Amino acid sequence: MAAANQSELTFEQAMERLDSIVSKLENGDVPLETAIELFQEGMKLSQLCGGKLEQVEKKIELLIETDQGFQKKPFTEVNEDKGE
Amino acid sequence: MADQPRIYSIKELNRYIKMKMESDLLLGDVWLRGEISNFTHHSSGHMYFTLKDKDSRIKSIMFASQNQRLPFIPKEGTKVIARGNISVYERDGNYQFYVNAMQPDGIGSLYLAFEQLKSKLSEEGLFAQSRKRPIPRFPRAIGVITSPTGAAVRDIIITLTRRYPLIPIYIYPVLVQGAQAAPAIVKAIDAMNRFGEADVLIVGRGGGSLEELWAFNEEAVARSIAGSVIPVISAVGHETDFTIADFAADLRAATPTAAAELAVPSMTELQQQLLRQQQRLVQSMRYRVQDDKERLQRLRRSPFFLYPRKYLLDQAERLDRLKEQLEQRTNRVVERGHKRLARIQTTIAAHHPGERAAFAASRLQSAQKQLEQSMSIAVKQNKQRLLSSMKQLDALSPLKVMSRGYGLVYDQQEVKLIKSIRDVKIGDTVKVRLADGQLDCHVDAWRGDGMDGSSESK
Repeated sequence: MAAANQSELTFEQAMERLDSIVSKLENGDVPLETAIELFQEGMKLSQLCGGKLEQVEKKIELLIETDQGFQKKPFTEVNEDKGE
Repeated sequence: MADQPRIYSIKELNRYIKMKMESDLLLGDVWLRGEISNFTHHSSGHMYFTLKDKDSRIKSIMFASQNQRLPFIPKEGTKVIARGNISVYERDGNYQFYVNAMQPDGIGSLYLAFEQLKSKLSEEGLFAQSRKRPIPRFPRAIGVITSPTGAAVRDIIITLTRRYPLIPIYIYPVLVQGAQAAPAIVKAIDAMNRFGEADVLIVGRGGGSLEELWAFNEEAVARSIAGSVIPVISAVGHETDFTIADFAADLRAATPTAAAELAVPSMTELQQQLLRQQQRLVQSMRYRVQDDKERLQRLRRSPFFLYPRKYLLDQAERLDRLKEQLEQRTNRVVERGHKRLARIQTTIAAHHPGERAAFAASRLQSAQKQLEQSMSIAVKQNKQRLLSSMKQLDALSPLKVMSRGYGLVYDQQEVKLIKSIRDVKIGDTVKVRLADGQLDCHVDAWRGDGMDGSSESK
């Protein structure tokens, strides 16, 4: 059921859903059919979360506000060696 | 005339001026910098002095209740920063500075300003725990407001990318010290809120002296942090002391590195957590299936399935046992009834009327006997008495007397006994009874004893 829109979940939502699925299964008070569904959904969610963790974006940008609005410029440390 | 000017008393005027001054917002709370002169600490505890700078002077008073908490001892010539209000001393028509807090001028004034602002904002509720927004567990972008140069920004970037390289970092460069710092920080927080992509802000700088950190103790910065829609982590690199910004922020980090750690989760930890979740998922499913299998096995091994006849026999046995019990219990009830009946019979027997009848009969018998005895005694006695009476009677019988020669005289009709001569007349016939018969006699005369008459033979 929730599996349909899994791709739209944020990482946080996916993790929360995964947590709740695991605890439901561990409590063991769901019917077997539901348990199987939950298990499949859980496996998909864990793959989704794993995938999200691997897509390293690592964008560091300098935010500069101009008349045209916000502009993003790649941030390069100006004086890295100066320290302090 | 109506235009006649009103004439005031001096007191009224002074009171009016006083009222005017006291209702003035600026005069109600004034900070002054100056030098103390003409200082008198009166025996009442109040302090009277003049505050002056190179151009001007003002009469000042600090009441005992206020000056007791002074952190220093004011002296002639001490340079101070004083806070108070302006009012009028009505009697003299003087306006005066009523001091309620004072601090020696210099480094101390920064500290004073800090304390002042802190308590003011605190009273306002700006630091209230209820105002704090939670930091999202998985932010989608981090905004960093700090100097683009220096260790702080580098520490933050290194830590953020090491822990959680998944999300963009937006750096808004600002000055972090000097007079321009505070407005720049305020503007940056505002810009980040308008920009709207970051969902956590880190605002801070590396360590420094109190003066260098001063921008983070300014009211505008504190208000801007408290007013930000995006949660703010303060990161002023000063382990021990707090800045006003720290109190206003949603979360306080001791250093920029710590701020970055608080802002994002660690990816390796998340991966481990995810792995654990996966294992738990698989494990719980495995256990679940295993459990279900075992349950099924147990059910299959249930004696009902294995020995259905045994179940019937069990029931039959149970029926027998119940029957037995039923009988036993019924018998017990009957037995109890019998016992009760016997008890009652014994009781009744004790009250049987036969005995009483027998007893009464024996009493009757003995009474009869007694009655008979006493009757026969009575009869005997009476017989005796009768006998003796008869003897006596016999002894007294007139016949006996007649046999000795006496006779009884009756009238003619033989009814009346003649006892006196007067009972007869001469010529009458009288009858004389003797022991062996009767004589019919004729009266010829009667003679009384001592009297003359015919007499009758005797």
